[in-house]
Amino acid sequence: MRTIPRALLIGGLLVLLVLLVLASLSAGKVWIPWSDWFGAADDMRSMIIFDLRLPRTVLGIIVGVGLGISGAAMQGYTRNPLADPGILGVSSMAAFGAVATLYLGAASSMPWLLPAGAMIGAVGGIAMLLVLSGATSSVLTFILAGMILNTVATAGVSLALNLAPTPWAVNEIIHWLLGSLADRSVDEVRMALPFVLIGSALVLTLARPLDALTLGETGARSLGIDLTRTRWILAFGVGLAVGASVAVTGMIGFVGLVTPHLLRPFVSARPGALLVPSALAGAVIVLAGDVIVRILPSTVELKLSVAMAAVGAPFFLALLINLRRKAA
Amino acid sequence: MSQLIATHLGVSFGEKTVLDGLSVSFDAAQVTAVVGPNGAGKSTLLMALAGLRAPDRGHVSVDGADIYSLPARDRAQRMGFPAQTPEIAWGVDVRTLVGLGRTPRIGSRGLTAADDEIVTQALAATDVTAFADRNVLTLSGGERGRALIARALAGEPKWLLADEPLTGLDPGFQLDIASLFRGMTARGCGVIVTLHDLHMALRMADRVLVLGEGRVLADGAPQEALSPETLMRAYGVEARTWPGAAGPVIEIVGRRG
Repeated sequence: MRTIPRALLIGGLLVLLVLLVLASLSAGKVWIPWSDWFGAADDMRSMIIFDLRLPRTVLGIIVGVGLGISGAAMQGYTRNPLADPGILGVSSMAAFGAVATLYLGAASSMPWLLPAGAMIGAVGGIAMLLVLSGATSSVLTFILAGMILNTVATAGVSLALNLAPTPWAVNEIIHWLLGSLADRSVDEVRMALPFVLIGSALVLTLARPLDALTLGETGARSLGIDLTRTRWILAFGVGLAVGASVAVTGMIGFVGLVTPHLLRPFVSARPGALLVPSALAGAVIVLAGDVIVRILPSTVELKLSVAMAAVGAPFFLALLINLRRKAA
Repeated sequence: MSQLIATHLGVSFGEKTVLDGLSVSFDAAQVTAVVGPNGAGKSTLLMALAGLRAPDRGHVSVDGADIYSLPARDRAQRMGFPAQTPEIAWGVDVRTLVGLGRTPRIGSRGLTAADDEIVTQALAATDVTAFADRNVLTLSGGERGRALIARALAGEPKWLLADEPLTGLDPGFQLDIASLFRGMTARGCGVIVTLHDLHMALRMADRVLVLGEGRVLADGAPQEALSPETLMRAYGVEARTWPGAAGPVIEIVGRRG
């Protein structure tokens, strides 16, 4: 197995992250090399960096961390390498909450209402998840409860689109659903940061239970793991981190799924050891994607979620070819 | 000495009664083999004794404490349970897998050098040291079975409850595992195993428990418990016991009624 020392892996990801932060602050319609950041007479340029690009970059890191760590936790918990943080239905519920504010037309007068609606959707989703899955400790009932939430939330979003009062509202909803980091400010950072931090901290406490789940549910219980407690912490941790991410950026797929998948070989496949590297790599992938959509020469900036989806297909193709080669 | 007592255990899956008011107690420092026909409730009994499947009726106590009231970690420190159908989700290496056995002992801290030493001993005791660095998903059934026993040993349990630990092992390793269990009883550990192989039950156990339809059909020293009458009742087969080179041998003559 190509295990590499953990310090090297984390150090490497941190270096990559710092480079991407520099790139993210420099890149855009106006290229501003880092030598010009400070002391430049040009006020416009420093405003672009510190008022526009800095919050966008910080938000990218926050969202990437939340999605990366949640994806690693969900794959570990479900023991499915293709699970993503969305399967709990909390992100769809957050999207539904946001769409509801758009549908009611309330978000334009009070901009804070949209992320607030999304957080209410996310927290409501977590509560419903725990009520639906009940007191059993089975992973399967948990996932099934997540599917119900996903279905309900998707139906709600479709209903909002169906009944939208004006084509303009439809446009707005679709526009928002396509996740992006564009035009975000310090407000979004303030909104998302505490929830993603608390959520990620909760998920980090699950390293041992996730490792133990390598042996299946009975195996984990025989090792003294309380699976009901594990599930509660997971629901709150992933729910808060992913819910807050969706609230400020809309739906950004693929990151939570692919990040743990790419890193698994480097941590000898241990789900608990995957959490921190996945958080860092999630931030790396989101920032890299965001830098790319900004430097693409198009009149309308590509949505980050669209770019991620475009990378997704070839990634899975590579995975499929790799699996077929192994099977042959 | 540690004691494990089950009182009036009742377990039903829907209409089907799997354990029907079964009471039995175990003393540590013995190897007990639980045998019986398919569906007799062997695995269910073992799960209930391990504290992993609360019975619908009755209770299980270990050293006077109700096992289902013990904190999960406390229970896991006492009861070692290498699961029968091991679903190993990720391709971790064998040493990491065995290291997971330390989980109830270490809580949230990492493995120390002392823990690593215990893991190394567990690897050696089950003869898996040679492939300690291999991916568990590439192991054969027998190799994986031994790795899972090593995992249970690494937790230094007071009781080892193993469901079909010899299944998939070649005769050589069956004897190795039997003597490993014997060695554990010498250190005061109680070993309870379910077996299908009656020869091995006769050969390795201090005590044999024959189950049939959720009840105890016979309980005692191997040769008495596995009498031809009991085997006829339990399995519906005619059997004969005769002396072999390494102790008595059970020969199944044929199927009856």
